[in-house]
Amino acid sequence: MPVLHVSNIGKQFVMHLRGGIRIPAISNLSFSVERGECVVLNGPSGAGKSSVLKMVYGTYETENGGILVRHGDRIIDIASADPLVMKQVRRTTVGYVSQFLRVVPRISARDLVAEPLLAEGEHHDVAISRAEALLDRLNVPESLWALPPATFSGGEQQRVNIARGFITQHPLLLLDEPSASLDARNRQIVIELINKKKAAGVTMLCIFHDAEMREAVADRFIEVSPLLSGQNGSEPSSDASKTPMPPSSRAQSTQKRRGYLSGIRT
Amino acid sequence: MSDVVKPVLQVNGLTKVFDRRLACQDISFTLHRGEVLGIVGESGSGKSTLLKCLAGLMPPDAGNITLSLPDREECDLWRLEEAERERLLPTILAIIHQNARDGLRLDVSAGGNISEPLMTNGHRHYGTLRSVAMEWLKNVEIDPARVDDLPQTFSGGMQQRLQIARGLVTHPQLVLMDEPTGGLDVSVQAKLLDLLRRLVREFNLAVVIVTHDLGVARLLSDRLMVMQSGRVIETGLSDRVLEDPRQPYTQLLVSSVLQV
Repeated sequence: MPVLHVSNIGKQFVMHLRGGIRIPAISNLSFSVERGECVVLNGPSGAGKSSVLKMVYGTYETENGGILVRHGDRIIDIASADPLVMKQVRRTTVGYVSQFLRVVPRISARDLVAEPLLAEGEHHDVAISRAEALLDRLNVPESLWALPPATFSGGEQQRVNIARGFITQHPLLLLDEPSASLDARNRQIVIELINKKKAAGVTMLCIFHDAEMREAVADRFIEVSPLLSGQNGSEPSSDASKTPMPPSSRAQSTQKRRGYLSGIRT
Repeated sequence: MSDVVKPVLQVNGLTKVFDRRLACQDISFTLHRGEVLGIVGESGSGKSTLLKCLAGLMPPDAGNITLSLPDREECDLWRLEEAERERLLPTILAIIHQNARDGLRLDVSAGGNISEPLMTNGHRHYGTLRSVAMEWLKNVEIDPARVDDLPQTFSGGMQQRLQIARGLVTHPQLVLMDEPTGGLDVSVQAKLLDLLRRLVREFNLAVVIVTHDLGVARLLSDRLMVMQSGRVIETGLSDRVLEDPRQPYTQLLVSSVLQV
């Protein structure tokens, strides 16, 4: 059994506040990813690549099909998993790193990075020293470790986020453009970290637009095709295609860039 | 694994009627240790009524509230004798009110406020009570030197933290919070959220938190329950409910959040 087995998944968003229009996001997508494999999702903007990652993480509900993952000695179908089981799955099996750091007011970069290890029950001192080692590896200056990352630059926040996502031993990582605003030197370090994870047998499902990054880490590509006309490079033609995401996730992505309050305001 | 451990709290078919109006209708959920369940919904949706039934303050008209506690038979809160219920609740339950003054004794010192619940539970040694009180003041980031001061001399944020210390000092199995960050200014609110996150993890608390603030709900809770007109209309992982809301009312709620 592969680490991740996705079969015939489908999803559409129903916008109740916009007269109930239905926006198809993903239809009939199937693929598997083996242990230690790094697979990159391919497709134009709006094709639904991020939606696939969010479905695998359980942030988006999966309407049709199944998403099987190996969790300890059990196989879990994320598409139908109970939230309590899902919480366990996220704690030890599936990790998710997005482009944006969800900052928590007042919590230092060091503690934010150590948090996933503490949640697994790791000893405080061990978690902190692992966090510091990763921050150091990612060239986050030591003078920043004790500060909440709200005021950090985009690139610094992204490196804190990568450290937070990479600190645990989760066997499956979902990476949604985690290195989008990093310079060449730090991108190179992310490539090294990804290769180290691969060597340790960690499975990764990723989205990278940067060609150098894709070439360096991808073992294989999976095509995700847009479902709406007008998204394949040409101008949107219908009203629906202008809103490929529900209002909430649009709000999320514009809002997360704002830093400080993103931890408080939804 | 936690999905085979008995939940601390099991609510089944809870219904409460006021003047033929259904305040809570057929509400069911479970809550495990270490878990935070957020309840969101507009005013009048039944959130506070539900909380009052859970807190033993108001009997439901139908349904069960089952508690599974260590060293005790599983019991239905509202099928216990009244005296038994009133004896049990202070030892297992803490309520954090929106207005700290509702949860504090204003004529008693900060230290007295923290040690009173311990005395109710049978602790008598003055020296121990005082050192536990100082410890808890530190825990909620209040200078222990203020142990003899009256709560009136505290700021709103400090009063709220003192209320939390008073609630948690007995290590309750279940914590109910009603808008704990409401009415506090944003910087004070941030400090309180950080504190609550730490305490939930440190003491493996089972928490039900009612809030209007979706940001607070997302930051603190693992799961969310959305209520409208006395019913639970949507429930799931907090990020799922807020990023992929399914119900018209949840979509309205999420899209109504002001951007700063």
